[in-house]
Amino acid sequence: MQQRDFDIVIVGGGGAGLRAAIGAAEHAKEHKTPQRIALLSKVYPMRSHTVAAEGGAAAVTSAEDSYQAHFDDTVSGGDWLVEQGVVDYFVHHAYQELVQMERWGCPWSRKDDGQVQVRRFGGMKTARTWFAADKTGFHMLHTLFQTSLKYPEIERFDEFFVLDLAVHEGAVIGVIALQIATGELTLLRAKAVILATGGAGRLFRFNTNAGIVTGDGMAMAYRHGVALRDMEFVQYHPTGLPGSGILITEACRGEGGILLNKEGYRYLQDYGLGPETPLGKPENKYMELGPRDKLSQAFWQEQQAGRTGKFGDSDVVYLDLRHLGEKTILERLPFICELAKAYINVDPVKEPIPIRPAVHYTMGGIETNPQCETSIAGLYAAGECASVGLHGANRLGSNSLTELLVFGRLAGEQASQRAAQTEWADERLLEAQGDRQQAKLLRLCDGTGSGENWVELKHAMVQAMESGCGIYRTEEGMRHSLETMRQLRARFNEIRVKDTSKIFNTELLECIELGYGLDIAEASCLSALERRESRGAHQRLDEGMQKRDDVNYLKHSQVFYQGEAPAELHWQDVDVRFSAPAERAYGDAGKGGKA
Amino acid sequence: MNTEQINAKNVSTKHISVKRYMPDSSAEPYWQQYELPVDDSTSLLDALNHIKEQLDSTLSYRWSCRMAICGSCGVMVNGIPKLGCKTFLRDYEGEIRIEPLSHFPVQRDLVVDMAIFLEHLAAVKPYLIDDNPVKPYDPQAPETYQQSPEQLARYKQFANCINCGLCYSACPQFGLNPEFLGPAALTLAHRYNLDSRDHGKKQRMAELNRHEGVWSCTFVGFCSKVCPKHVDPAAAVNQGKVEAAKHTLIALFKG
Repeated sequence: MQQRDFDIVIVGGGGAGLRAAIGAAEHAKEHKTPQRIALLSKVYPMRSHTVAAEGGAAAVTSAEDSYQAHFDDTVSGGDWLVEQGVVDYFVHHAYQELVQMERWGCPWSRKDDGQVQVRRFGGMKTARTWFAADKTGFHMLHTLFQTSLKYPEIERFDEFFVLDLAVHEGAVIGVIALQIATGELTLLRAKAVILATGGAGRLFRFNTNAGIVTGDGMAMAYRHGVALRDMEFVQYHPTGLPGSGILITEACRGEGGILLNKEGYRYLQDYGLGPETPLGKPENKYMELGPRDKLSQAFWQEQQAGRTGKFGDSDVVYLDLRHLGEKTILERLPFICELAKAYINVDPVKEPIPIRPAVHYTMGGIETNPQCETSIAGLYAAGECASVGLHGANRLGSNSLTELLVFGRLAGEQASQRAAQTEWADERLLEAQGDRQQAKLLRLCDGTGSGENWVELKHAMVQAMESGCGIYRTEEGMRHSLETMRQLRARFNEIRVKDTSKIFNTELLECIELGYGLDIAEASCLSALERRESRGAHQRLDEGMQKRDDVNYLKHSQVFYQGEAPAELHWQDVDVRFSAPAERAYGDAGKGGKA
Repeated sequence: MNTEQINAKNVSTKHISVKRYMPDSSAEPYWQQYELPVDDSTSLLDALNHIKEQLDSTLSYRWSCRMAICGSCGVMVNGIPKLGCKTFLRDYEGEIRIEPLSHFPVQRDLVVDMAIFLEHLAAVKPYLIDDNPVKPYDPQAPETYQQSPEQLARYKQFANCINCGLCYSACPQFGLNPEFLGPAALTLAHRYNLDSRDHGKKQRMAELNRHEGVWSCTFVGFCSKVCPKHVDPAAAVNQGKVEAAKHTLIALFKG
């Protein structure tokens, strides 16, 4: 087993991981404490799922906008289940991060005067979303990746799959990783570790997410006792392509696109988002620019009422962009045109795009404090894998690309600071954990399991998540899904990997990912079941639970891993120091209010 | 609403031959044929995933976003480099032959070693170089550069490269000499050279002006044909030649 020593190890090479790496490198330079930083990714960094983000990144930009307004939008958008101190920090640091990206070369779209252009986004009071056409995540990721090449202190480990954290006496001491190309284990000793492994959208059957979005980092931290927080909150993006779930950006609506049911009616006006805004004149927080949870819920209601259309086997509504005109569509939304043409043979310039909601984002994640540190000393988390407390019960579109910059940098700086004051642990401790991982791998491959099939288990998992933890949920459905997860976890112990080769064994990786997924799926089902109210993206049909209940549930859920035994749930107070919970309203109903 | 154009599914059976290479167990590559059900919407990536999950779990290949933006799933389809997720089986009659991307060392099955590609990207300093900015970045008073839409338009197309590597498989020169920086890296260099915020052209020119830089390109142009994002690397490389020639001339006059 190869062993390497680093000051900081970062797991995940997407936006948050790259920003953390650069942040740590800059911090070390500034404090004249040279540090070695390892950046591990199970893919090449530019394949990370940040690449698929389309719409943009939010920050208070124009003179008419205010930090207070961005704060209020985020807090009410999250249905008051956010950490308000964290949101306050976020809105104050958002702009400088986007400017920093510009200084690194990000090709932000521009106004005629050469200033950066902003666009409207759902649930945001003002246009404050920076964008690079409709490939914002792609451009941000490549800018960060390319910029990271300037730093020789950042050593990349591309296609290294992290199997476990090494933890000793409440502090992280390194990670154990599998080099995919060789099948060999590598021990990386570290003084601080940052998890930036992304979300868990692939727990669900129908989603906008890349195949790699399997919640690995969440499971690793969880298995070592860190709480997974607010895992019941899973965002359905209202506009995915039927069949594949490929994302059609919210920017379509920011630019003025409208949503129609099969009768050609703008149905959102019936769901507290009206009155109808004139065609071509989108208004913030009205109609199509409502928040994602409300829009996906409206789809479900239309579907129940039989007012959705059909595309293949899928129930759909229609996103109509035609009135924007070919020039605007091609200039602002070129990728959407490419996707709609390639994957469903629809040209958005000429026809409405059939769309339906798809699982998109994991609001919950690894619990951290406002400085991105977890309950394990020296272990940090940032980006979608983390629950720093920014999104609460529903994330606003374009807050997460900014999040990975603001909190990626913060995590990098915090880790650098810690590493400067910490010594490496005894390497024998790491070796012992490495040996345990090697034994576990052997067990998966050597055929001692009774031969459970990972494909069958994976399909059972994604079906159960979809049926029990969808847009609307019931006690019975969630209970059934939770039971299913517990059974699947037991069956997972009997799994057998057919491919026993070492080099690029992707079947083995799929099995390990499935193991990660089942653990966090249980946490997600448990917290969903126990939250007996409706809030943000967690909506229940059960009698007496269809409204928000601040008396009993103005609390974060925390799920703790118990090994083979069922997971345990606790409740945690929410930081509401600046803004008392109020009614969350959009359209005319929200006029003048905080929401 | 116009729901008439719903794709009638047209389910049929197709044969896919995949060039397998399992260095753990066999020294030589071999062909393996799979038979699977497809419909009008089935992409090559969907087909590979079907094989992996239903027919043969030992088949290895890379994929991730399945929406032609992450650049993972490049393979040769009947001899032409393609993204698996943006290639549809409905467009192929008869047998389909899938091989790993040409010109890269094969690690296993459809997985190639991209290390040299990554090295070439890094070699051209693909980041904004502004060593003496008029206003250094100050987080306390952050200020952007100015850039007009016209200035953005000059390089925008060349910034759309997804690093999939198809153009390297299409490039006969890279096939002959892997030290050639190749289409994507040269395009990326050109992208930054054209960026009005950048002042690093001089630094990049040394790398571009080598034999393994722009001068290895013989303007076959196949790179631009196979590019799934219409980046047109051939144009970038040949504009780069003009720049490199100018750079040489100026250096000559300056003595």
